[in-house]
Amino acid sequence: MPSKVENWKSEVYGAEIREHLMRFAEEGWDAIPDEEHDAWFERFKWWGLYHQRSGQESFFMMRIGTPNGVLKPGQLRVVGEIADEYARGPAQNPEFGNAYCDWTTRQSIQLHWIKLEDVPEVFEKLEANGLSTQQACGDSWRNIVGCPVAGKDTHEHIEAWSVAENLNETFKGDEDHTNLPRKWKVSVTGCDQGCGQGDINDLAFEPAEKDGELGFNVRVGGGLARKEARFARGIDVWVPREQVPDVAGGMSALFREYGDRDNRFNARIKFLMDEWGPEKMRRVLQEEFVDFELPRAGEDMREQYTYNAGDGQHGDHVGVHEQNDGNYYVGLNVLVGRMGVDGVLELADLAEEYGSGEARLTQRQNIIVTDIPEENLDPLLDHDLFEHYSPDPHPFMRGSIACTGTEFCSLSIVETKNRQVRYARWLKENVDLPADIEDFHIHLSGCTASCAQPQIADISLRGMKTRKDGEPVEALDIGLGGGLGENPRFADWVEMRVAADEVPGAIANLVENFEAERAEDESFRDFVEARDEETLAALVEPEETDYDDPYMHNTKQTWYPYAEGDDSLDASPAPTDGSGDPLPSDD
Amino acid sequence: MTTDVHQLDDGAWVSVNDSREVNVSDLWLLAEHDLCGCEVADFLAEGVVEVGVEPAGPAVQSRFAGRCIRCGAEGVTGWLTVGRVVDPADGGFRGVDHESIHLVDG
Ligand code: HEM
Ligand code: SF4
Ligand SMILES: [Zn+2]
Repeated sequence: MPSKVENWKSEVYGAEIREHLMRFAEEGWDAIPDEEHDAWFERFKWWGLYHQRSGQESFFMMRIGTPNGVLKPGQLRVVGEIADEYARGPAQNPEFGNAYCDWTTRQSIQLHWIKLEDVPEVFEKLEANGLSTQQACGDSWRNIVGCPVAGKDTHEHIEAWSVAENLNETFKGDEDHTNLPRKWKVSVTGCDQGCGQGDINDLAFEPAEKDGELGFNVRVGGGLARKEARFARGIDVWVPREQVPDVAGGMSALFREYGDRDNRFNARIKFLMDEWGPEKMRRVLQEEFVDFELPRAGEDMREQYTYNAGDGQHGDHVGVHEQNDGNYYVGLNVLVGRMGVDGVLELADLAEEYGSGEARLTQRQNIIVTDIPEENLDPLLDHDLFEHYSPDPHPFMRGSIACTGTEFCSLSIVETKNRQVRYARWLKENVDLPADIEDFHIHLSGCTASCAQPQIADISLRGMKTRKDGEPVEALDIGLGGGLGENPRFADWVEMRVAADEVPGAIANLVENFEAERAEDESFRDFVEARDEETLAALVEPEETDYDDPYMHNTKQTWYPYAEGDDSLDASPAPTDGSGDPLPSDD
Repeated sequence: MTTDVHQLDDGAWVSVNDSREVNVSDLWLLAEHDLCGCEVADFLAEGVVEVGVEPAGPAVQSRFAGRCIRCGAEGVTGWLTVGRVVDPADGGFRGVDHESIHLVDG
C-alpha cells in the first residue's frame, strides 16, 4: 500500500505546489485548513520550505539550492539581503545574533524564521537574481554537489562545473524526475582530491580514464542516515562527459520505477542496492533505462583523494590557493557553517572589490571567494573580517561541523551549533594536537539523520541522552576514525551516552592518549583502525572540566533554546501572522 | 469522526487528525517490554516507526525506534499508547505523560 506521503504526492506535487503556496502566503497562515496541514507541509518541502519544530509553528526553514555551491557574482549579496530582511526571528541566538545564513554540508544555504507571508517577495528576489529554492527539500533531485572550485582548480582533471550545471538545468523541473520515491542526491567530482564526496551520495560521478579519454566512473547507493550508513558502490560503468545526463537520467528513472513507495524508511536507493547488488543495478540500467552500450569502468584516481580523508593533512580548500588561470581563491573558515548577515554582506562587497564577485560553498560548511588577482591578495586579507572567518584557522576551528539540532529541527535530540562553537573554543584553549596533525575533524549531528556527516570525521558526535544524578541530560555518542579517501571508512562508535559537558574532557584525554601511544607519524585514523573498540573506549575517558555547557537540560522542550526569560513551549509567540504578532489560538 | 494518524517528517512525529502531537527525543519509562533486560527500560524515542489506533479509547499507539539509556540496548518498541482522543467530535487529543511508567502492548 502506498504511504500517506505518496497519496498526498499523487494529488498535488512538483511545480504545481507553487500556486497553492502563493495563495496561502497571500491569505496568511490561517488560510491553510487545519486538516490539510500535514499534506501541505510535506509538499512545501519541494519548494524548499521545511516547517520548523514545535513551538515555532508558522515559521519555516528555507533552503536555497546552489548547484556545486556556486554563487555567481552578486548572488551572495542577494542572499545576505534576504536574510537581513526576512530571516529575523522573534529571539536572538547568543552566538550569532538574529539574522544569519547557514552554509550546509551539501553546499546549500539555509535561512530560518521565514514567514509564509513573506515567501512571494523572497521568491521574487531570489529568482530575479538567478537563485531558487526549487527541489531543495522533498522527494526529487536535491542540490547537486561537487568540488567547490570546479572549473578553477589546478587539481582538476575534467572540468566538472559545467557537467554539474548541465545536470541541474536538465533535471530540475523535468516532470519525469520531479516525483521520486525519496530524496535523490547527486555528486560530480572532476579533481583528484575527491571533494565531491561522491561516496556518501545516491549517485556519484568520479573522474576516470578509459582508453586514453577522461570521463567518469559511476557509483550508486551512498548515504548516512538512520544508522544505515552506506558507501556508494561502483557499478562498473564509465561515461564520457557528453553522456553523463543520459546515465544520470537513466539512474533517476530506475529509482523512480523501482524505489520503494510503500515504506519511506526503505526508499533510498541504498536499500535497493542492498537488495540487488551492483551487477543487477548495472544490468537493469542497461536493459531498461539507457539506449546505448554502457562502457565498463575506467581507471579512477581514488588513491590520490585527500578530501575529508582522515590523514591529518589539509584537503579542504581553506586558505589561499592558486587557480588554473593564475588568479587566486581564498577559502574562509566558517565555524559550524553559520555566518552573521553583517559578515555575509561585507564579504559580498570584498568579493566584488577584489575578485569577480563570485563565491562558493563547500561541503565542510565553508565559503570561498574566487578570481582574485595576485596583487589584490594582501589588501583583501588585510580586512578584519578575516580574523573571524579565517583563511588560516586553528585545527579545532577548521575541523568543526555541526547540523541544525534542537534550535529548529523536529528530529533533533540535542542542541548542536552553539555547543560545537563552545567545544571548539575550549579545545583550542586547552588541548594541543601533535605538531604534525594539521587537520582534525569533529562533526556533531543532533540525531541519526546525520546531516553533519558524523560518520566520516575523526571524532563523530551524535545526539543522545543520559541521566546525571537521576535527571535527564543531553548526551552524545562518540565515534572515532571515520574518513573518505581512497578507501572510505565509517567511524567506530566506541563510547556511548557521554553527558555533553564531559565530551570536551573526553576529547582532551583521547588526544593525550593518542599522542602518547601512536607510532611515529601515525594518523589518527590509522591509530583507530589498528585498535579494537574496547581498547579505544578505554582511551576516551569522559570527565567534567572547566568547560561549561548551558544547554544540558532538554533544549527540545523550550520554544527556543536561547530564549530570554520564559523559554517554555507555552511562552512561544508562534504561530504568528505576517508581521510576527501571535495569532489567537483555536482552542 | 474517525481518528486519522500517521508518522511525519521521517519519523519525527505522530500526527493525530492532522495535528503534530507526539514528537521524538523524549524519555519513556517502559515496563513489561522485550527491548532489553532492564525491568524498567529508560527509553529514548529517536524515531516513530509505526502508528495505529486502538478503537477502545480511542487510543493512539506508536512503535518507536530508539535506545534504552540505562543499558544501551537499541531496538524498536512494541505498541505504546501515546495518547487518547478525548473529544471524538472534534478529534481533540491528549497525550500521556511520558515520564510515568508505560506498559508495552505486544
Ligand atoms: C531543519 C533542518 C533539517 C531537517 C529537518 C533535516 C532532515 C533530514 C533527514 C530526515 C535526513 C535523513 C534522510 C533519509 O533518511 O534519507 C537528513 C539527512 C541528511 N541531511 Fe538533513 N535536515 C536538516 C538540515 C540539514 C542541513 C543543514 C544539511 C546540510 C545541507 C542537511 C544535509 C543532510 C545530509 C548530508 C544528510 C545525511 C546523508 C544522507 O543520508 O544522505 N540537512 N536530513
Ligand atoms: S542530523 Fe538530525 S538534528 Fe541534525 S539537522 Fe539533521 S535531522 Fe536535524
Ligand atoms: Zn535497558
